Amino acid sequence: MKLLRNYINKIKPNFEKGGKFEMFHSTFDAIETFLYVPNTVTISKGAHIRDTMDMKRSMIVVFIALIPSLLFGMWNIGHWHFLAFGEDASFWMKFGFGFLKVLPLLVVSYVVGLGIEIFFAQKRRHEVNEGYFVSGFLIPLIVPVDTPLWMLAIAVVFAVILGKEVFGGTGMNILNPALTVRAFLFFAYPGWMSGDSVWIAGMMKKGNEVIDGFSGATPLAEAAAGNIGNMPSKLDMFLGVIPGSVGETSVLAILIGAVILIWTGIGSWKIIVSMIGGGLIMGLVLNLFAANPYMELPAWEHMLLGGFAFGAVFMATDPVTATQTEKGKWIYGFLTGVLAILIRVLNPAYPEGVMLAILLMNVFAPLIDHYVVGANIKRRLKRVKVKS
Amino acid sequence: MVVKIKKGLDIRLKGQPALTLVTPQLTDLYALKPTDFPGLTPKLAVKVDHEVKAGSPLFFDKYRPEVKFTSPVSGKVVAVNRGERRKILEVVIQPDGKNSAIVFKKGDPKNLSREEIIELLLESGLWPFIRQRPFNVIANPEDKPKAIFISGFDSSPLAPDYNFILKEYVDSLQVGVDVLSELTIGKIHIGVKAGTFNESVFSSLMNIEVTEFSGPHPAGNVGVQIHHVDPINKGEVVWVVNPQDVVTIGKLFEKGVLDPERVVTLAGSEIKNPQYYKIAIGASVKCMIEGNIKRGNLRFISGNVLTGTAISREGYVGFYDSQVTVIPEGNSHEFFGWAMPRLKKFSTSRSYFSWLMPNREFVADTNLNGGQRAFVITGEYEKVLPMDIYPVHLLKAIFIEDIDLMENLGIYEIAEEDMALCEFVCTSKTEVQSILRQGFDLMIKEFG
Repeated sequence: MKLLRNYINKIKPNFEKGGKFEMFHSTFDAIETFLYVPNTVTISKGAHIRDTMDMKRSMIVVFIALIPSLLFGMWNIGHWHFLAFGEDASFWMKFGFGFLKVLPLLVVSYVVGLGIEIFFAQKRRHEVNEGYFVSGFLIPLIVPVDTPLWMLAIAVVFAVILGKEVFGGTGMNILNPALTVRAFLFFAYPGWMSGDSVWIAGMMKKGNEVIDGFSGATPLAEAAAGNIGNMPSKLDMFLGVIPGSVGETSVLAILIGAVILIWTGIGSWKIIVSMIGGGLIMGLVLNLFAANPYMELPAWEHMLLGGFAFGAVFMATDPVTATQTEKGKWIYGFLTGVLAILIRVLNPAYPEGVMLAILLMNVFAPLIDHYVVGANIKRRLKRVKVKS
Repeated sequence: MVVKIKKGLDIRLKGQPALTLVTPQLTDLYALKPTDFPGLTPKLAVKVDHEVKAGSPLFFDKYRPEVKFTSPVSGKVVAVNRGERRKILEVVIQPDGKNSAIVFKKGDPKNLSREEIIELLLESGLWPFIRQRPFNVIANPEDKPKAIFISGFDSSPLAPDYNFILKEYVDSLQVGVDVLSELTIGKIHIGVKAGTFNESVFSSLMNIEVTEFSGPHPAGNVGVQIHHVDPINKGEVVWVVNPQDVVTIGKLFEKGVLDPERVVTLAGSEIKNPQYYKIAIGASVKCMIEGNIKRGNLRFISGNVLTGTAISREGYVGFYDSQVTVIPEGNSHEFFGWAMPRLKKFSTSRSYFSWLMPNREFVADTNLNGGQRAFVITGEYEKVLPMDIYPVHLLKAIFIEDIDLMENLGIYEIAEEDMALCEFVCTSKTEVQSILRQGFDLMIKEFG
């Protein structure tokens, strides 16, 4: 270890101001701080000791929380591929196939996104922020597996530059970067993204023939079409053995992640709980009207469908784009849940409402905070009036 | 009345002081540091080689010349140490051992007028012990505060036990309280730890209003106590004094001379024998630490680990401090530190394991444990700030220098020490206390 440290110390001056490789300063710094916690000490006045928690630690926890969803997603991609083409496959064949399908998505997401992050960090003379390590991991999990890599690359460029860097980088963005990627894909390439084939690896390719009777429709699409009877069993939906985006299908895997996030306090349980509450209440309200089969769907089944669970645990809880006040988190989560189910059931053009609900509430989060903080200000002013 | 504080954090550190008191030989240098007084523009009253007595002015406030800072001992001015742009850092005194002191008027504060009391405090150099909220600066002698608050316990890490320090001085404490009573139009409030009042040194005091506080640090911070008892609104002023400084004020009125005696705890993981020392205001820490520290690269702090000031190995105890803490410096690289279990380090995060060891005392070093980032994680500060204030929004108001917003978000109610835990827990490693001070400076500039 000492050898590595000495080597880093030796090459470090080249990357500092005036060095040969100054333009790679941010890259070098990112690698150095990844390997070693910097030797920076606290300033001479103030808190002399600091908690061992830092941004890298918070992000690695989210990363770990996402791994069950990723691993299950890889298996599920292979499972549906072989099912669609009528081939028998072992567990490892399925997993291997999915792994090879998802890996390129991950690589493109990271290479393109991190490239842009590092470029901006260098320009701004900032350290590279860890935020994208999570965003880059989330992106492959929430896009359809057959998204062409060039499309994904363009979407990442759009989301990172216009969704994040123009606002000042991590911590300043208004919209969740990963969801911005997904929204961009669905609105920029509706021809490719609509329909049932994009969820099953290989179905979009011309000349590939699926076996008779296989549709590839997600349970959400079936429900939206009113074919409640065609929906898979609740157990399958809970375990995630259904077509869908890579990481969103298994509620079980997402729950494991949720436990990790809530236990470590890194994901806000208030947002998760209130979003589920909002979704359930909206589902019950729709049950009251029950004008079509979809509106009759029991409220709790909505939690198993589409991206609701994944959105509630990993997307709505993004601390930068959610509300920042504790009271605000209750309101934000609740409204996101309500809107997600409302859009999902009543909007005929688009089967999934979670993405749009979260993005919409991202935009409204500062407004909610404004009123929560405003109440604090009013309390303070009232105190003066009571006295005088 | 008992106020239950729920939010906050007790950081359990190694090196708790034992309840033993030693009086070391005081032969080293003394110094008064203008940097102990935020916002002060000092003007020297002495030059190098001047002879001074205990109570002779060393410097004064350029904009309020009546506020004087006086020598704690008699001797000779041996140095005026300056920093960048000739800023005065220390006025150093070599004691002559004669203990000659300027004689001030003495008397029962009840027989003195408010003006006479203020005059005496200003002349003797004890006035700076009285600080005001808002902004935690030296009080303005022309103000009439709505109340004076004294926190009777210190809840910060490795803090001294005031009951142990003050038990010999109950009479002086009462005189000091009587002095302060003449200065306010309201009451003298003392905050004590819940359930300890009857055994405490404060139980026999007259003319005080007692409030009990339970819960973790910062329950002992006077700012937190004010917030829960009688919060400061715009235009209002509250004064605060440390209990040991009340004793020093009391002694002045009893004896007519400045008695610089001060009990200080020496604590921290790098001290061999952490305990209490009877020294004097402005004394060098040398007499306490010689032969009493472990090897290694150490940080010496006048004050506690959350709010103190770094000093050198031969540095001086700060004007307001009753504690010196010595901890290891953390200027080393830790291989994959952020990914490690770090079983020996303290964290509020459950992604580490210190929550599994509720009784363990930890060694903390000065490493920042990460890089500075923009605000990302939310809700962290709120867990350790027991006040009805939105801390991050307040800091952001300071960033954008919006005076109205700072006012609306409660800048009058808070001092740096109240948000010190926010700085400790911050994942983004924000320098919370220095940002707050920038906000205070801005407010003072705006309103004069």
